[in-house]
Formats: sequence, C-alpha cells, structure tokens
Amino acid sequence: MTALREIEFRDALREAMSEEMRRDKRVMLMGEEVAQYNGAYKVSRGMLEEFGPRRIIDTPISESGFAGMAIGAAMMGLKPVVEFMSWSFSLVAADPILNNAPKMLYMSGGQFGCSVVFRGNDGAGGQLGSTHSWCVEGLYSNVPGIKIAIPSNPYDAKGLLKTSIRGSDPVFFLESERMLGNKGHVPEEEYLIPFGQAAVIREGTDCTLASWGRPVHFCMEAAEELQKQGISCEVIDLRTVRPLDVGTVVRSVRKTSACVVVDQSWSFGSPGSELASQVHRHCFDDLDNYVHRVHSADVPTPYATNLEQEYLPNARKIVEAVRSATYNL
Amino acid sequence: MTTLPPSVPPAPAATEVHAKVFGATEHLAPPPGKIEVPAERMKQWLHDMLLIREFEVRCMQAYQEKKIGGFCHVYIGQEAVAVGCTAAVEHRDPIVTAYRDHGHALARGMDPKYCMAEMFGRIGGCAKGKGGSMHMFDRDNNLFGGHGIVGAQTPLGAGLAFACKYMDEVIDGKPSSRVALCFLGDGALNQGAFHEALNLAGLFDLPVIYVVENNGYSMGTAIARGTTMAHSLVTKAAGYGIDGYVIDGMDVVDVYAEMKRIADRCRATSRPAFVDMRTYRFKGHSMSDPRKYRTKEEEEVFEAEDPIGKLQRRLQAAGQLADDEFKAMQKAIRDRVRDCVAWSDASPPPPPEELFTDVYLEPWGPYTGSTQPEMNGGTVNPAGFKTIATKEELS
Repeated sequence: MTALREIEFRDALREAMSEEMRRDKRVMLMGEEVAQYNGAYKVSRGMLEEFGPRRIIDTPISESGFAGMAIGAAMMGLKPVVEFMSWSFSLVAADPILNNAPKMLYMSGGQFGCSVVFRGNDGAGGQLGSTHSWCVEGLYSNVPGIKIAIPSNPYDAKGLLKTSIRGSDPVFFLESERMLGNKGHVPEEEYLIPFGQAAVIREGTDCTLASWGRPVHFCMEAAEELQKQGISCEVIDLRTVRPLDVGTVVRSVRKTSACVVVDQSWSFGSPGSELASQVHRHCFDDLDNYVHRVHSADVPTPYATNLEQEYLPNARKIVEAVRSATYNL
Repeated sequence: MTTLPPSVPPAPAATEVHAKVFGATEHLAPPPGKIEVPAERMKQWLHDMLLIREFEVRCMQAYQEKKIGGFCHVYIGQEAVAVGCTAAVEHRDPIVTAYRDHGHALARGMDPKYCMAEMFGRIGGCAKGKGGSMHMFDRDNNLFGGHGIVGAQTPLGAGLAFACKYMDEVIDGKPSSRVALCFLGDGALNQGAFHEALNLAGLFDLPVIYVVENNGYSMGTAIARGTTMAHSLVTKAAGYGIDGYVIDGMDVVDVYAEMKRIADRCRATSRPAFVDMRTYRFKGHSMSDPRKYRTKEEEEVFEAEDPIGKLQRRLQAAGQLADDEFKAMQKAIRDRVRDCVAWSDASPPPPPEELFTDVYLEPWGPYTGSTQPEMNGGTVNPAGFKTIATKEELS
C-alpha cells in the first residue's frame, strides 16, 4: 500500500484552481501579485506559466476596481477567481463585494447571477496589527446572497474551492496565512465537497466543540487535553458558515448536552453567536448548560506577541470553556 | 438619405449660461457637419425620445399618486444621450448605468410596461418588483442595470468589457468585437471606484466607453463646487491614458454621430474612451428636489435646447415630418404609456414566495431565509435519522 499523498494547504488551493481552469476556460484568476510574482503567498505559483497572462492576471492595488471588474465579468458569464492578498483589504471593496455580488440576482429578478469566488487570507497572520488581522466572517456572514467557506485543512480546502468555482453563486473563501504551509492528505483523484456539510472530526460524549477554519486545530488540541482530564469532546468542523450545518451540531449536542462554539471573529453579531442561538433554539431541552463561546477578545488586534496570543482563541481558553460548560470547574 | 444642416450653435447669451454651468474653456467637438442619417431613423429617435419623455411625465404623476415608492430619478432633458448612444452601438454590446436609468432601459428596447410595473412594485416588472426605479435590468436587451450607488457601475462596466474581450479572444480565439457602454453622472467622477475603473480600463486595454452624463449638478452641488477641472473633464481620462471627447448631449444627431465614431474606434482598437456628454436635467435630482440651487433663467436657456424640440424642428424644416404625422406619433405614444400604467396597475404584487427566490442560484434546499441547511426538510432531524441516545443511556 502506497503512502497517502500529503500536500500543503497552498498546494491544495492551487490544484483546485488549476483543475477548474483546465476544465473550463471561463475560469480565470486575478489579483495582486498572482502572476509574475507567483502569488504573495505562493498559492498561484506556476499558474502563469501554465495558463498565460490572459488567464492569470496581475492587478494593481485597487481592490474596489478589480473586485467590481470581476463582478461585471461574472455577470457576462465568466467565472473569475479573485485573490485578495488579505481579506483585510477587502474592506475597501465593500461596495462591490457586498452591494453588487450578493444582490445582483435578487435585484434583477433572477436575470443576472454572479459566479465569482473571492479568496484570500483571513484572520490574524502573526503580529500584523489591527488593520491586517480581520476576521471578515464576522461582518460578511450577515449578508444574504453569498456563500462563505472557511476550511481548516488541505483536503477540505481543495474540495470546497472546486465546489466554489464550479458553482453559480458568489463565494467568499477564507483561508489563513497561518495554515498555508500545513500539510494534509489530499488524494490524486478528483473530489468535491458540498457546502453546508459539517465534518465530525472527533467523536466524543461529554461536550460538542463546534468551529471552523484555524480554531478547529485549537479545538483538537483542547480535546486531547480534556481527554486526559476525563472529558470526552466531539469536535465538529462546520467548513462553511453560509450555509451553516446547524443540524450536525444539533445532533451532536443532543448526545453530549453541552456545547462550546469557537469562532475567531469578534463575538458581537458573529457566526458564532448565530450558531449558539440556533443550538439554544433547537436543543433547549437537551442542554445542561448554556452554549459557551470562545472568540477573539473584543478589542482591536494587538501587535505584541503575548497580547496577540491572549487575544486569539486558543486551546487553554477552549479547555476552560468546556470545563465550565460541563460543570467541571 | 438626406444631408442635414449642421446643428445650430447656441445664442451668445446661452453660451454664457453654458460657461457658467460647465466651465468656460471647454470646446464642444466640432459638429459632425455632413452626416447621412435616413429620415426614418431620425424619426425613430424622435419617437424614442418622446416615449421616454412621456413615460417620465407619467412616472412623476404616478409618484405623486404614491404608486411609485422610494427614490425616483427622471430622465427628462437627457433623452438624446440614451437614445443617441444606444443607436451608436450594437444590440449585443452590453450597457450598464446608474440610478437615473429608465431612459436607458427604454432606449435599449425594454417594453415600457415592464419598466413601469417594476416601479409599481408588481410581478410584471422587469425584476418582478424586486429592484425598483434605480435597478432596471434586462438580460434580453443586454442592459446590466440600473445601479443605485454612485459610481458603483464603473468597475462593472470595465468587467463587462473585460468579459467581452476575454470571451472573443481567449475562449473563441477571434478578434474582440464588442464594446461596453458605461453611463455615469458627473457626481460619480469623484468616487474612488471611477478612478480605479479608469485605471484598469486604460491598463488592460478594455473596450469600454465611459459616458459621463454631465448635467452640471451632482444632486444640488454644481459640478465646479465638487469636481476639480470641471471645465475640462477629459483631462481626468488623459491621466489614465484614455482618449476623451466632449459632445453636445442636447442634440441626438450629434450624440449619435460622435458616439458612432468613438464606438467604431473603440471596437477596432479595443481601447477605452471617455465622453463628457454635456446635457441638462430639466427636473430635480429626484422627486423631492425643489431645485433652489439654480435659476429659472438658467433652466430656460436649456429648455430652449430641448433635444426633442430640436430634432422635431430639424425634421420639419427639412420637410421630413408632417404636422399630422408628428401629432399621430405623439398620440400613439400617449396611448401606449397610458396603457403601460393600466397594465402595471393590473399586474399583481409579487406573491409572498418571491421574497425568498433569486437569493441563490444554487440554494442548499428550499430557501426560506436562513443560513442552516436544516431548511431542506424543515426539521433538524431529517427523516430516518436515528435519535441519539440520551446522556443517561450513554453513561
């Protein structure tokens, strides 16, 4: 038996884009430094060589302009993939990505869809300070008409990105600079992962840990630690927050009677608060305690290493939350 | 085919008013001089402009009667721009515009009853009553909206051109053959999106024509109060390596002739263009604007240049439009627009189910307006789901 193929998160993203570009000429990639520079984070390395400058397009630092341009092109029937070097930079493109892409289909009464994927790094990258550390899912998941994927591993990243590109709706695809070098099993064979299907990545009986993106790893760390302490956690990776697979979480909570939601965005009006609210609603009689939540601290992202670590969700905070939720304080 | 006399330049007093509104130094493009336009074609333009005028008059009336809600911006005075510009391009060339969009929709060929019903918020509207006055879309006529945020459509216009060129050259392997028309108001010139769009259009050689419908005012702010180089807007385009043109937007024949030349060139060279289209809105910015920022005298000067009257007089002077023919045209249009209002009145409001349609092309189940997929069965546990044992049973 041959060893399972392992590749980096960034390679999984590139494979997804390249495969979709080979099968559909309407797909093209644009963004800052995606072509000649091979990608600011080397996600698009080698793609210019394979697909040429007409399909791998370096844009100026002009997010509002090129995001809007991609949306116009999508209305005509192209399927652009737009790389934001950081989702923090998408804020200057808020009007096109929030006012145009998700509303075009509705405002036109179903005449114009908008098949466009915006992707890039989201969340704290490592001492980047306040302006570059946005978790935009806190803002953007509020908006109907978009789909949002936040994968935690290379396998999911590839399968979800292929689904995003092949689909017909606008997708915000949130990656993490801190995970681009993470390796994981990605098979050679083609596969797609549907949106709205959470993965139960660790089974347990005492508490449900629900998360997405990078904090999933903190949940797994915490679950290991808690196992040593005699508390068994079920860890669910939601994978997409729009749609949000509440059903899988609810089924788990009906078993465990306790739930901790871990979300890297700020707590106020976040996907985490939405999930907690849904769990409260559907598991009102099942829960032994209120749904606990672990978020980034409700402050601008600090620069100093120790403060940034304290700001972000981490395994220690999750362990504390689970102990509280299961009355093990 | 008839050779037309060149259009008559404004009287000296009017020129002063023009200078006051648009700035002193700019020169209009030279009149096209001898241009061959069949009389039938000009009569069609006269018809189209009259249709927009009558449509807008009835819109204002319907707005007063509260049949139309929200914001409503009428196109009265600017008809020659939409009619002349759409005549100068091909039907397959995509068009996108801002929120003063009824004229473009009609000029592009949208049945006015769909446009009116849209404003009435009825299911018969072009967007089933979900878009409203500022958001007219018509796929069959390659009209890509109607956009409510000032300047938002300018990057979209670049994208339409990008897609046209990409589809022709990269997918089909043939020369680029379409141009995109992107209309904007003079108020949009100060939005970042506009400058980013022009930079991208210049940088990527996109076949898009930015037509600034320069009516001298962004809402109540005179152009020179909000825009640098108001007297020479083409210099803004020059900064992005884009050729700029000034056109008298009150003369539909000039608009057509100049825009045809520009569009042909844009199509052939696959390069963008910028047009400072001098026009005037006879009414306020929206229905709630008392127009206190400009004088009656100024309005009268421009009203004397009414593009409809101008073309009508020209045709009549050339013996190409008999009085009774014109009257018959007016009556037919009045009847048609009245029928549009009746049709829109009769069109039912969108059914409640429409609230949840057109949000996603590929929803994850019957969409009922939430984020979780449990909606596909309406319950958390789909049929056949084995209920998990209680905690007690597990322990």
